[in-house]
Amino acid sequence: MEMEKVVNTLSWKLGGEAGFGIMSAGLIFAKACSRGGLNVFVINEYPSLIRGGHNVSHVWVMEREITSQYYPVDLLVALNEETVELHKNELNPGGGILYDGDKITLTAESLGRDDVNLYHVPLEKIATETGERTIMRNSVALGASIALADYDLDMLNGVIRDTFAPKGDKVVNPNLAAAKGGYDYIKENYPADSFRFKLSKIKGREPKPLISGSEAISLGAIQAGCKFYSAYPMTPASPILHFMAAHERRFGMIVKHTEDEIAAMNMAIGAAYAGVRAMTATSGGGFCLMSEALGLAGNTEVPVVVVVAQRPGPATGLATWTAQGDLRFAIHAAQGEFPRLVAAPGDMEECFYTTINAHNFAERYQVPVIILEDKYLAESSKSVEKFNVSNVKLDRGCLAREEDLEAEEVTFKRYEFTETGISTRAFPGQKGGIHNVGGEEHDVYGFMSEDAENRRKMVEKRMRKLELAAKELPKPKLYGDESSDLLVIGWGSTKCPMLEAMRVLEEDGLKVKFLHLIWILPFPTEEVRKFMDSSAKTVLVEGNFTSQLGSLIRENTGKVVDHKILKYDGRPFYPEDIVRGIKEVV
Amino acid sequence: MGLKISDFKYKFGYNGGLPNWCPGCGNFGIITAIRHSLVNLELDPKDVVLIGGIGCSGKLPQWVVSYGFHALHGRTLPVATGIKLSNHELTVIVHAGDGDCYGIGLGHLIHSIRRNLDVACIVHNNQVYGLTTGQTSPTSLKGFKTKSTPEGVIELPINPIALALSSDATFVARGYAGDNRHLAELITEGIKHKGFALIDVLQPCVTFNRVNTYDWFNDRVYKLEETDHDFTDKDAAFEKAFEWEKTNNEKIPIGIFYKETRPTYEDENPQIAEKPLVKHDITKIDIEPVLNMLI
Repeated sequence: MEMEKVVNTLSWKLGGEAGFGIMSAGLIFAKACSRGGLNVFVINEYPSLIRGGHNVSHVWVMEREITSQYYPVDLLVALNEETVELHKNELNPGGGILYDGDKITLTAESLGRDDVNLYHVPLEKIATETGERTIMRNSVALGASIALADYDLDMLNGVIRDTFAPKGDKVVNPNLAAAKGGYDYIKENYPADSFRFKLSKIKGREPKPLISGSEAISLGAIQAGCKFYSAYPMTPASPILHFMAAHERRFGMIVKHTEDEIAAMNMAIGAAYAGVRAMTATSGGGFCLMSEALGLAGNTEVPVVVVVAQRPGPATGLATWTAQGDLRFAIHAAQGEFPRLVAAPGDMEECFYTTINAHNFAERYQVPVIILEDKYLAESSKSVEKFNVSNVKLDRGCLAREEDLEAEEVTFKRYEFTETGISTRAFPGQKGGIHNVGGEEHDVYGFMSEDAENRRKMVEKRMRKLELAAKELPKPKLYGDESSDLLVIGWGSTKCPMLEAMRVLEEDGLKVKFLHLIWILPFPTEEVRKFMDSSAKTVLVEGNFTSQLGSLIRENTGKVVDHKILKYDGRPFYPEDIVRGIKEVV
Repeated sequence: MGLKISDFKYKFGYNGGLPNWCPGCGNFGIITAIRHSLVNLELDPKDVVLIGGIGCSGKLPQWVVSYGFHALHGRTLPVATGIKLSNHELTVIVHAGDGDCYGIGLGHLIHSIRRNLDVACIVHNNQVYGLTTGQTSPTSLKGFKTKSTPEGVIELPINPIALALSSDATFVARGYAGDNRHLAELITEGIKHKGFALIDVLQPCVTFNRVNTYDWFNDRVYKLEETDHDFTDKDAAFEKAFEWEKTNNEKIPIGIFYKETRPTYEDENPQIAEKPLVKHDITKIDIEPVLNMLI
C-alpha cells in the first residue's frame, strides 16, 4: 500500500515473556533514538513474576517534546505469539509487526486485518548464529527495527556498547553482531520503502538524558545533600534503593537496606535527629508500617522525607501496576494531629526539583515531607533537559548558632515557643545544645510533660508552622489558555498524559486550561477557588475511585467539581482517555 | 574530664529531675550504674546519646544529662542505628525494657546484633510489663500469673543470652540491679567494647513482679568471673546461657558470657572513614557525571 512517509514520529512496542530482557531492550532502543536528538517517552508494563507472563516496553519517539505514551502502535516487535494476540488491534494502518516467522505463523487472515505489514526476521536463528544465545533475539530485533526505520545503526551500536560495557567484550560483541544480523536481514529482504515510518537524527541538537521518575527523585535527593537513605525493597519504590546504593560510594552516602519498613523510617529519623539529611521510600503497604514513626517525626519536629510510590491497593493489591489511591492516606496517616507536607510531582523534571524542595522544606519547617509518586512515573522514562542546578540553594532552616548554645542552662530550649512555630535545632555533639526529644508530649526543653497549658501551647506551636508553609509553598501551575472556560484539575503524574491530551483537544478545536497541583498539603485553597470561580465548567481527572482530590477540593474550598474522569484499573491515563472523557462532558 | 555523678543529674525537668519509679525499683540501681560508668569513662555529656524505649525503664534518659531520644515502643535500635551512622563519634546507648527489646522489638535486636554497630544496649529485664500495670512479658517464667495471663503464662520465656550468641553478638553480658557496682563495671566494658554490646539486666519490679524479687535473685545469681568461665569460648558461653533453664531456675549466671572483636558496621563503610556523615559538606555536590551516564 502506498502511504505517505512519516518522519520522526514512531510508536514502537516490544513484547514477550519476562526473562527476555524486554525492559532493557526497550531502554536501548529509546536511547538510540534520544542520542540522535529525538525526544522519547518509555513506559513498561509487566506482571508480578520473574519468568513467563507478558512484558511490554512501549517507546514513543517524536521530534517535538512528548510527555506521555499514546495507545496506537506503529511497529509491534513480538518475541512471542501472545504479544501479537494482545496488541494486534493497537496497530495503526500501515504499521508493521516484526516477528520470527520460523516460530510464529502470521497471515492477514490470522490477524483479522490486511492493513499492516508483516516483517519476518529469523530472530532465533540469527541470535544463535551471531550471538550464541537466545536472549540475543532482542538485539536482533533492535537491529531490524533500526533498519526498518532507516535509522543509523551506529546510534544503536553506541548504546549497546555502553549498556553492556560492564560485562566486557564477551557480551558486547555478540550483541553488536546480533544487531547487525537483524539490520542486514531487513536490508537484504525488504524493499527500502516498505515501512512508512522513518527516523533520522536531528542536526545540531544536543542529546538529552533519558531519565525515570525514580532516577530523578534519587538525583534530586543527592543534589539536596541527602546523606542517609534507608529503605526496604517494595515495588515500585525499589529502583530508588538500587540507584542510591549504586552511587553510595561516589557521593559519600550511607544507604541501608533495612530489616523492614519500620526500621527504615525510624533509622531515617535517628539520622536526621543527629544532623544529617535523611530519606526513605516505600509503597502503600510499607507506608502503613511507617505510620507510627511518621507521627514520631511530627512530634519530635525532626525533618525527614518519605517517598510513597503508589500502586493499586488495598493490601498487596497489584504490585506492578499504577494508581493514585494514597493521597488521603498520605494526608491523614498516623494518630493525632501534627503538621506534614505532601507533594506529588507531575513528571520527571518535577520529580527532581520537588525532591530538592522537599528536603529544604523538611528542614525549614521541621516536619516530615511526603512525596507521592506512582509506578507509572517511577518506571517510565522521558527525555529531559539537563537539570539546571545553578539556582539550587540548600536551606537548612533554624540551626543553633554560637549565641544560642552559650546560654548558662544545662539544657537547650529545643522547642521554644516562637511566632512562626519554628524553633532552633541543636545536634548531638554540640556543646550547650543538650536536650531531649521523643514521642511523648514535651516541654520547651524536650522533657516529658503532662501539663495541660504546656500541651495546649505545644499543639499550637507545631500546627502554626503550617500557616507559614501555606504562604511560602509553590503554587499550583496553570497550563493552556487562561481564557478558556473549561478547567481541568489534576495532581501528580496525570500531568504527563494531560499535556498531550491538551494538544489533541486543541487540534480538535477545544481549548481547555489545566490546573496541576504538586503541593497538596497545605492545600492551596485560594488558588483552586480562584480558578474554579473563573471557569464555567470544571473537570477532575485522577486515578482512584473515591475522587480523593475532589473531596479535598470540596473540603477546603466548599466547591464541587462538575465532572470527574476517574481511572482505577491499574493502568495510567492515556491522552485518549482524557480526550474522550472531556468530549463527553462538553 | 573531671565530671562527677551530680553533673549527670538534672536539677529540673521531668518530675523536677528526679526519677519517679516506685521506691525499691531495680531501675534506681541501673541509673546509678550508668552514671558511674559515664563518669569513669570520662565522657562529655554532649557526646553521649541515650535512647529510651517505652516503659518505666525508657524514662531513664529524662534523668541523665546527655542528648536523649525517647523512641517508640520496640524501635530504640533503629533510631540508635540512624544516630550512630549519622555521627559515629557519639557514644550511643539504648535503655529499653524486656517488652521493648525482646517482644515487639525482637526483630530489630537480632538485626542490630548481626550488624555489630558500636552501640550498647542495656535491657531492663523485669520479666513483666510494669508501666501498663502488670501484664506478662517475653521473659516471664512459665506459669507467671498476670492481668493478661490469669491462668499462668503458657509459653516458655525468651532466652536473650542464647539468642544474642546465635546471632553472632560480639559482647553478651548479664547484670543485676541489686549489684550496681558490678553492673557499672559491665556497662563500662560494654560501652568500651567496639561493637554491639548486649547487657541484659535483671531488674526486680517491686510492684508487679512478686516472684522474681531481690531475695529470689540473691539466692540464685552468681558471678561468672568468680568461676573459670572463659568468655572467649563461645561453646562455653552457650552452656552458661542455658544454665538458668537447665537448673530449673536455681542458678543464674551474671557477668560477661562472651566477648570477641569483629569489624563494626561503621568500619565497613569507607564513606565515613575520614569523618562522620554529619560533618560532610553537602553544598557542592556535582551530579553532572551521573546525568551524563543517562544520555
